[in-house]
Order: sequence, then structure tokens, then C-alpha cells
Amino acid sequence: MPTPPLIAYAHVGKSFDGGRVQAVSDVSLEVAEGEFLAIVGGSGSGKTTLLRLANRLIDADSGHITVEGEDVRAADPIRLRRRIGYVFQNGGLFPHISVAGNIGITPKLLGTPAPEISSRVDELLDLVRLDRAQHRDRLPHELSGGQRQRVGVARALAAKPRIVLMDEPFGALDPLTRDALGDDYHALHRKLGLTTVMITHDMTEAILLADRIAVMRSGKLLAQGTPSELSGSDDPYVGELLHTPRRQAERLKVLLPPDARDGTA
Amino acid sequence: MSFFTDPRWHEALTHLPDYLGNHVRVSVTALALGLLVSLPLAVASRNRPVLRSTLLGFASIVQTVPGLALLALFYPLLLALTALSLSWFGVGFSAFGFLPAVLALALYSMLPVLRNTITGLRGVDPAILEAAEGVGMTPSQSLFTVELPLALPVMMAGIRTAAVWVIGTATLSTPIGQTSLGNYIFAGLQTQNWVFVLFGCASAALLALAVDQLLALIETGVRVRSRLRTALGGLGIAALVIATLVPTMARSPSSYIVGAKTFTEQYVLSALVAQRLRAAGLSASTREGLGSNVIYDALLTGDIDVYVDYSGTLWANQFHHSDIKPREELLTELKAILAQRNITLLGELGFANAYALVMPRKRAEALGIHSISDLVSHASAMSMAADYEFFSRPEWAGIQKAYGLAFRPQRQMQPDFMYAAVASGEVDVIAGYTSDGLIAKYDLVALDDDKHAIPPYDAIVLVAPKRAQDQALRAALHPLLGRIDISAMREANLRAAGNDGQSSPDAVARWLWEQVGK
Repeated sequence: MPTPPLIAYAHVGKSFDGGRVQAVSDVSLEVAEGEFLAIVGGSGSGKTTLLRLANRLIDADSGHITVEGEDVRAADPIRLRRRIGYVFQNGGLFPHISVAGNIGITPKLLGTPAPEISSRVDELLDLVRLDRAQHRDRLPHELSGGQRQRVGVARALAAKPRIVLMDEPFGALDPLTRDALGDDYHALHRKLGLTTVMITHDMTEAILLADRIAVMRSGKLLAQGTPSELSGSDDPYVGELLHTPRRQAERLKVLLPPDARDGTA
Repeated sequence: MSFFTDPRWHEALTHLPDYLGNHVRVSVTALALGLLVSLPLAVASRNRPVLRSTLLGFASIVQTVPGLALLALFYPLLLALTALSLSWFGVGFSAFGFLPAVLALALYSMLPVLRNTITGLRGVDPAILEAAEGVGMTPSQSLFTVELPLALPVMMAGIRTAAVWVIGTATLSTPIGQTSLGNYIFAGLQTQNWVFVLFGCASAALLALAVDQLLALIETGVRVRSRLRTALGGLGIAALVIATLVPTMARSPSSYIVGAKTFTEQYVLSALVAQRLRAAGLSASTREGLGSNVIYDALLTGDIDVYVDYSGTLWANQFHHSDIKPREELLTELKAILAQRNITLLGELGFANAYALVMPRKRAEALGIHSISDLVSHASAMSMAADYEFFSRPEWAGIQKAYGLAFRPQRQMQPDFMYAAVASGEVDVIAGYTSDGLIAKYDLVALDDDKHAIPPYDAIVLVAPKRAQDQALRAALHPLLGRIDISAMREANLRAAGNDGQSSPDAVARWLWEQVGK
């Protein structure tokens, strides 16, 4: 792509416990504007660390990270986080704050006037397809898992970020909700022209949602590319990851006759 | 006379505004100070393991110190501090009453607040903390909008525990000069006025319950975000504070404060002195239940204006003389020593309240014991009891040295219980007081001090340095001097040790004045 990358990692390394655990080592990765990148890997592969390095929830030991052309080390971490949307696993909603309060938190931190936040919250509730009147004043524990994650997405989008980082956002949801939410988010990504980096351990989800996939293992970036580029990879681990969705697709094709209502789900 | 029509209920009630007001004031101040110190410390130490364990360790150690001891420790500590401050900056402060009580109680309140605040803050889900950071909160925004609200229920539980502890322990601040609901309990215990003891316990318990429930109301109000409940709870606390402060404030402060030590005779005499001052048109109140050493220092610094002490006690205990002088000589010398400290020895009341070794008359006669010398050969097989201070007083060391006395077990007892104990044979000998009416009542005998090891103990009226030139005070108290003989005092003490409506110190003091004031 001709445009400069919106997020760029160059030879980034990060270790924990005084160097005993090498979480990320020598990773170089670029995310173009408007791109949907999925980072796939097992637990302990360093994918979550890689994501957190981008908004400085964690600081890198070595290498450079730039966001919107600016070296993150030069950026104020608080302001950096406020301009990057972040969707947490299980929502990460504040349990004592209402849905509206949760969604409006970042604009509030930025000093946006209350009436403006209020109308923005309504807009976002529409955007993530939650009923305004019904959900606005509820507390997070009164919502279903899928609804909570929709609120999480709305909160990430509240301050109109260009970049959204997602940490296994749909991992804990049942397959139907997960599928619906994934599709809804993908549509939002397109509509709002977002740049999204999503972490997942589920290769199928990554293939279905992402433009490109980066595969992490033991802190190293094994491969990156579009699904079809990855299928050409000779790395055995990448092949193993792709094997499951392939096999599932074939079996599904055999077992499940085409649906007459296809496309309306 | 039934239990409920006992006039002592009414008397207890008349003290309530004063005692309750002071109790609330000292408890609320101590709790506020405790919170002011503990909350920031807890917040600062939540992510610092070393500081955290140091703080919790310190607070736990403080908690293991008995409440009474902690309060008692603050008095000499502040006394030393005020002396330092006086010599360095030229300003002193009162080490008596309010200040030591507030400091000790504040310290006492720290453990539950620290522990629960730290536990509450550390119990917040790390995922929530990360979310707070992720949405762009600064550490203080995260603390105030996320961590503290989520930790609030646990924190409030700690604050409620602290409030109950402080209100309960504040009853122990009476001996260091802070008026509290403990005045009922201490006075009641000393004068066997169980109505007072009951009244004091019940009112302290009710106060603690009320504050606890109001705090609970605030807590649920905050949790379910009901402004009404929070406001009601807050108003309740505020109303309690105001209601208890107004009567105290509205009452003109007494210009004269009469001190009393911790035993019956002192309660009666302080009531008598206060009554004489009031009869002379002066306003006076009593401050009772003060420890022997506290009371002298309180007079010296002017925290109290006048009290009755005993010559031998001052001679041996306060001024550390081990030689025993004849009565007149000792009084003259004591007067000179006190004058050097600007304390006026106004005069003697007319009786002596000496320590004496006391045993049942029949037993003494059977064993042929008339004097302490006769006792020596029996002592090794006998047990002895005395009040809380006797065994550590120099007089006891003097007696032991002079006679070579050694008893088997030694027990410390509440003075009013000693006489019954020796009469029933539970102990063989007690260190009683010669002015005590119970000696006659239980048919006991005071043994002769044939070697003159016990100093004379004339009851003397002492006046604070700042009242040295006070002619109104002198005139009001002059009629008491030399008028109270030992038999009148014994009868008064016996009446005060009774357990009926006429046994309150005030009633007995009025009776005593009728006997001697004519």
C-alpha cells in the first residue's frame, strides 16, 4: 500500500520478570490505515503483549513503535490511550457505572461537555445496535455477555479513534452471538474507516474477519499475510493452524446442505 | 422504692448532656483524625508491599495494647512534649484530657481502616484496573472513579468497626481527664452505684449502635446510589454531633474545676468542694476518676483548679522522700515544697486517711495480733490484698523494710471489694484506708504501726498556681478546713459505699456539709 503504516513495530522486544520471560522478541510488523489485522497465536505466544505495546499499557525494552507516525515513547501515554480505542476481553466494563457512563468515559476524561457526551452515547448505542431506552441506565451486570461486549465496542469508539485495538473481544461468547458481533463489528470497521488490530486464538474467526493475519509463537512473529498468502507458507505451525478451519469447512460442506434462506441470517 | 423510681436514674440523666457531648466530641474527632491519617496511608501503601506490611504491623501492635494502657501512655508522652515545646517555642499545650484521648483513640481506630481499605483496594479485579488504564485514566482518575468506589463496601465495613471501637474505648478516657460516658462507669464502680455503671454501659452501647447504623445507611446509600439514604445518614451523624455539642456549648464553661482521684472518698470530697464553690456563687464542676499522678500534674498545669490530696502520698509518691517525719513537721515541709512550685496548700480538712494493714477483729484477737510487728511471724502463711497502686508505692517498700514482712500471695483489687474479701476470709490482710467506714461495718481492725513506717496522711486542700491569689476561692473553702473529723468522714464513706438513692457523691456531700457546716 502506498500510504505510510498507521502502526509500525520495528524489531520490538519485551521481557518480563527481569528478562526470564521473553514475551516478544524482534517483532517487526506494519498495519496500514483502514486495515483489519488479526494476531493469532496460542496462550503465551506474546500476542497480547504485542497489542498492549501499541498504546503503552506496556513499554517495549527494545525496538521502535510508531502510531500515526509518532514514536510512542515520545507520546504522553494517557493521551495516546485516549485516542486509541481498546476493547477488552469480557468487556472490561466498570461494574459500578451505568452503560451510558461506561460508554462516555473517555470523552468525559477528555473534557467533552455533558450534553455532547449524552448525544454521542445515544449515537453509539444505535451504532452497536442496543436499544437506547432499554440499556442506557443499566449496570453492566444486568446485561448479557454479548450486550456487554457491544457496550465495550461502543466505549472504544466513543472518542472517535482512528485505531481500535481488540483483545480477544469475542472469545467468551457463544458461537451465535460471536458470529453476529463479529459481523457487526466488521461492518463498523468499514463504515467508520477504522484501523483495527484484533487478537484471537481462533484462526477461523481471524480468516473470516481480517484482511491480514499475523501468526505469533513463543514471542516471535512466524508469518503474516492475507489468508491465501498464509496458506502458501511452509511453516509447519502455520499449516497446523490453517488445518482446522480447512477441515471444518470441508466437513461442513459435506454435512450441511445449502440453506434456502442463505444470506438472511 | 422500685428499681425504676431510683433517684439515681434522674441524677444520671442530668449528667447525660455533659458526658454524652464530651464523648461524642472526643470520639468523632478521634475517628476523623484516624481516617485522615489512615486513608491516605492505605492508598499510598496499596502497591508498596514493604510499606504496607510495616503499617499493618504497626497498627496491629497498637491494637494489642489494652485501650486503658494506650490512653494512659499518651499522658506522660504529651507531658514531655509540652515541656519540650514550652522550652523551645515558649508555648505549651494541655497534656490532659481531650488531646491525649483523641490521639490515643485515633491510633486505635487505624487498624480496621487501614486493613479494610488496603484489602478493598487490592480486591479490585485487575482486569478492571487495566480497563481504567486502557480508556486513558490517569492514576488518580482511576483511584477516584474506579478503585475507591469499588472498594467502598469493604472500606466502610472497616470504618464502622473503627467507629464502634472508638466509641467503646472512649469510655476509658476518664482517668486521663477526658469527660466521657466512662465517667458513669468509673464513678459507679468506685461508689458501688450500679445504676451509673448500667447507665454508662447502655448509653455507650446505644451511641455506638446509632453511629454504626447511620454509617451503614450512608454505605448503602452510596452503593445503590440513593442520594436520599446518603443524605439521611449524613444528616443523622451531623444532627448527633450538633445535638450533643449544643448543650455543652450553651452551658457557660465552669470557671472552677475540682479534681478527684479514683476512690469513693475523693468523689465525695470533690462534690463537697464543688458544692461550697457554687454556694459562694462561683461556677464549678468536678473532674473525677483521675489517676494519682495525673491529678497532681493536672493541678500544676492548671487543668484543674483544686483537689484534695493526702500529705503522706505527696511526700512519698510525688516527692520521693523515704524518711518518715512527724505529722506537723511533714506538713510544714510539704507546704514549703509545694510553695516552690506555686501550689497553695490551703489547709487540712481535719482527718487523715492513712494506709493501714487491716484484718478481721476476731481473727486478730485469736492470733494475738495488735500491731504490724505481731503480724510478722504469721505473714508467711497469709495472703494480702491491696488497691491497684499500693504494692508499687514507696510506703509498702518502707513497711516491708521496717518490719521484714513477706506475704505469700499478693493480690490487687478494687478498693471497695477488699473489705468484703478480708471479712469473708478470702484474703487474710488488706491494706485498707483508716477513713473507710467499711472497717467498722465489717468489724475489722487496723493494726498499729508500732515502728512508724507509714507516714501521716492528712487530707489537705491544694490550689492550682493560677488560683494562688484567688480570695473568692479561699473564702468559699475556708469553712471546710479543720471541720471534717475522721468519724464524719468514715460515716460519709460508708454512706457513699451504700447502694441506694442517697449514696451518690452529691447526696453524701450534702449530708456531710450538714454534719460539719453548722
